[in-house]
Amino acid sequence: MTVPVLSVRGLRTEFDTRAGRLTAVDGVSFDVGPGEVLGLVGESGSGKTITGFSILGLIDPPGRIAAGEVVLNGQDLRKLPEPALRRLRGDRIAMIFQDPMMTLNPVLRIDTQLIETILAHRDVSRERARDMAAEALAQVGIPSPAERLRAYPHELSGGMRQRVVIAAALMLEPDLIIADEPTTALDVTIQSQILYEMQQLMAERNTALIWITHDLTVVAGLAHRVAVMYAGRIVEIGPVDDLLDRPAHPYTRGLIHSIPSATARGQRLEPIRGMTPSLLNLPPGCAFAPRCPRADAACGTRPEERAMGPARLVRCHHAGEVIA
Amino acid sequence: MLAYLFRRVGQALVVMGVMATIVFFGLYTVGNPVDLLINPEDDLAAQEAAMARLGLDKPIHVQFGYFLSGLAQGDLGTSFVHNRPAIELILSRLPATLELAILAMTLAVLIGVPLGMYAGLRPNSAGAKLIMAGSVVGFSTPNFWQGLMLIMLFAVFWGVLPAGGRGDTVDVLGVPVSFLTLDGLSHMILPALNLAIYKMSLVIRLARAGTAEVALQDYVKYARARGLSPTRVVGVHVLKNILIPVVTVLGLETGNVIAFAVVTETVFAWPGIGKLLIDSIGLLDRPVVVAYLMLTVFLFVMINLVVDIGYSLLDPRVRIRGGGK
Amino acid sequence: MSMSVDTPLRRFTGDFVKSPTAVAAGIGLTLIALAAIFAGAVAPQNPYDLRQITILDGSLPPGSEGFDGFHYALGSDIQGRDMLSAMIYGLRISLFVSFVAVSFAVMVGLVLGLLAAWRGGWVDGLIMRVVDIQLSFPALLVALLLLAALGKGVDKVILALILVQWAYFARTVRGAALVEIRKDYVTAARSLALPGWRILFGHLLPNVLPPVIVIATVQVANAIAIEASLSFLGVGVPITEPSLGLLIANGFDYLLSGRYWISFYPGVALLVTLVCINVVGDHVRDILNPRLSR
Repeated sequence: MTVPVLSVRGLRTEFDTRAGRLTAVDGVSFDVGPGEVLGLVGESGSGKTITGFSILGLIDPPGRIAAGEVVLNGQDLRKLPEPALRRLRGDRIAMIFQDPMMTLNPVLRIDTQLIETILAHRDVSRERARDMAAEALAQVGIPSPAERLRAYPHELSGGMRQRVVIAAALMLEPDLIIADEPTTALDVTIQSQILYEMQQLMAERNTALIWITHDLTVVAGLAHRVAVMYAGRIVEIGPVDDLLDRPAHPYTRGLIHSIPSATARGQRLEPIRGMTPSLLNLPPGCAFAPRCPRADAACGTRPEERAMGPARLVRCHHAGEVIA
Repeated sequence: MLAYLFRRVGQALVVMGVMATIVFFGLYTVGNPVDLLINPEDDLAAQEAAMARLGLDKPIHVQFGYFLSGLAQGDLGTSFVHNRPAIELILSRLPATLELAILAMTLAVLIGVPLGMYAGLRPNSAGAKLIMAGSVVGFSTPNFWQGLMLIMLFAVFWGVLPAGGRGDTVDVLGVPVSFLTLDGLSHMILPALNLAIYKMSLVIRLARAGTAEVALQDYVKYARARGLSPTRVVGVHVLKNILIPVVTVLGLETGNVIAFAVVTETVFAWPGIGKLLIDSIGLLDRPVVVAYLMLTVFLFVMINLVVDIGYSLLDPRVRIRGGGK
Repeated sequence: MSMSVDTPLRRFTGDFVKSPTAVAAGIGLTLIALAAIFAGAVAPQNPYDLRQITILDGSLPPGSEGFDGFHYALGSDIQGRDMLSAMIYGLRISLFVSFVAVSFAVMVGLVLGLLAAWRGGWVDGLIMRVVDIQLSFPALLVALLLLAALGKGVDKVILALILVQWAYFARTVRGAALVEIRKDYVTAARSLALPGWRILFGHLLPNVLPPVIVIATVQVANAIAIEASLSFLGVGVPITEPSLGLLIANGFDYLLSGRYWISFYPGVALLVTLVCINVVGDHVRDILNPRLSR
């Protein structure tokens, strides 16, 4: 077993709002190995984006990271002072946000934004930085990169913008990339293009990737392992094929069955009944219990993680039981 | 872009034409200029001669005709008091007002923007609360009283700065300026500060609101996620985005600077066009008042145009649409 | 919990009292207004009654005792008038002029704004053109030039202020009215064949009032400031009815010789009044602004 690039243990991030304290990330643990793609799946409000920000240490008041370890290449990021953390951001860990129109500063040119990132982490001349930026753009498949550099974000198409952001993430050859729904804002055709290209790039460089999404179908083709999040907790984690073919947690099962798929043509879709709970109003015990077809009295206590096979963990009292 | 410019200039000319008409009829028909311009103790013949000389005996539309033709030639009449062409009189005093206005605006931005940004980034700090309270006071204080208080503090109680007047001037390209000498600067500081404080308060409020909003934007978080230093994030990413509304408002407020200059120059006995206006009103020197008005209209129109152009330069998203409004 | 009816007024008051500064400012304003209205009773002296002042008490610093044992709390001016009393009477004039001017400006603005919104077409175009041109010039300058032409006098100052301020109200009212006109209750009223003016004043007017009230508050402060500046410059109120601005002007010459109180205290009164109005106005605006509901 190789040493994981990132090892998260018991991460807990809380927000003190006027309505009370809510725990957006509740005891999350997982590992990501070099060259591995981990899909982090969940509905909106499940805490997946906050998990990404927590890893980078970008949680602002009224939120704070309350507990846990975030170990990158052997270093606990939570113990680092801010300037050291800043040196790692953008260099060893890069993040790709969801909407590139809002991510890139609209009043600054592309080259400014790429070059400043390079200069923040490498001691090179401005011309060299410009060359590096142009190379990075070329590698994500942007034609005439030198011209594109002089453009403003709004002058590029959505797909192009996202490629720029991906280029920025890959530019300094980070050990880990956290991609938060990078294709959600794009057309379906562009989406699959980008997915494919990312796959190639990850494989080439052996970079670890955490792909955050609400769309199971996306991770199906891309990820090696999948972690499913619900109400701030990871409810199931395991190798992608295993998890998708034999889901152990009722929520995962519900997610899979609510997707139209070619093999079940003509069969009724089964949405998960009920609504995502508000994080301020979680039931004691298992958070999914109110919507779970398998729930019973035992679910009044919080389930612990249970191993279900090699590299497979589930957080459910009734893991693996077949639902009629 | 060119079509846009033409259209704006055309609009500007129309506004000026309308203003010329209003100004003329306003000033020359309300109240009786004859009584006020001519010494009532002169005998009738002298009065009539004076009237004829000043063209006041002709019917109003003829006078208007003279006014317009003079306007087209750049002749705005002759000062009754100084016996010089009004426009020349005004232009000779303009540099004094301009240097005050420029120094004031510069101070307002250089001090106001950082203070406002600080208040926006750390809204709950004691500093921020102090800054905001200060801005309310700065913005509510009547300009002239503020000037008096500045004089009281710096000139009377502490005696470190002069109470009025313009200091030594140095000729630059034939134009006398006072900021190049220490004496000149010491005379400039108080009136410039007086003009600046109101603007500064506005800038602080704008910068704070802008910063608070921008700081929440995704691109700021993204900049931090790339490991950029806080200086860079605030100094470049945040700053450039808040400058747009600040500059726009500042540009629009330039008109106010010129208006308040009237008060400031009176308080500090600064020989600019503002003081000239007040003196002329007091002495009933109407051609000068008219000339001042026309110049001011022209200036405002130009300023609005420059602000629009400046806006499109600062915000690249506006530029790309070819300047259509 | 009591079962009181939750009217908009109650909600507004409830929100208003949440800010201690606004409440303090509001109390301050009320006191100022009361002092101004009841100046005769509040002021220790009537400074315009020649029998009550004596030149022998001229230019006394604050806190001095005069010849007859009269206590000049804030000093006296060169003619022996008690500064405190002069300030209170001056406040009254400042507030009176501004209040009357803004009230009329609101009325003119309401009528023209509603008319422009209701009629549309060239009526709207014309009114808005005039508004735009007027608003592109600083109010102080326009007022100054108007008074240069009109001459001195309280009535002329009020007229100038009205002429300078109506445009802002007209524009706001028109904007608000345009929004309201699209709403169903107007269509309903129209379909009932109610006469135009009835719809305008009975239905539209009450609904465009909230933004007008907010702006009116700030404009009163504006009017006070402009009137003070005009009087200071010598084109405002006449010497027989000195507002705070004129009082300050009177004291200007004596500033350099150290007799600061003649200009200083009226200025403080002016400043406090304006700050109170601005604080209250800011708060009212924040409450009435739906976007800022936090």
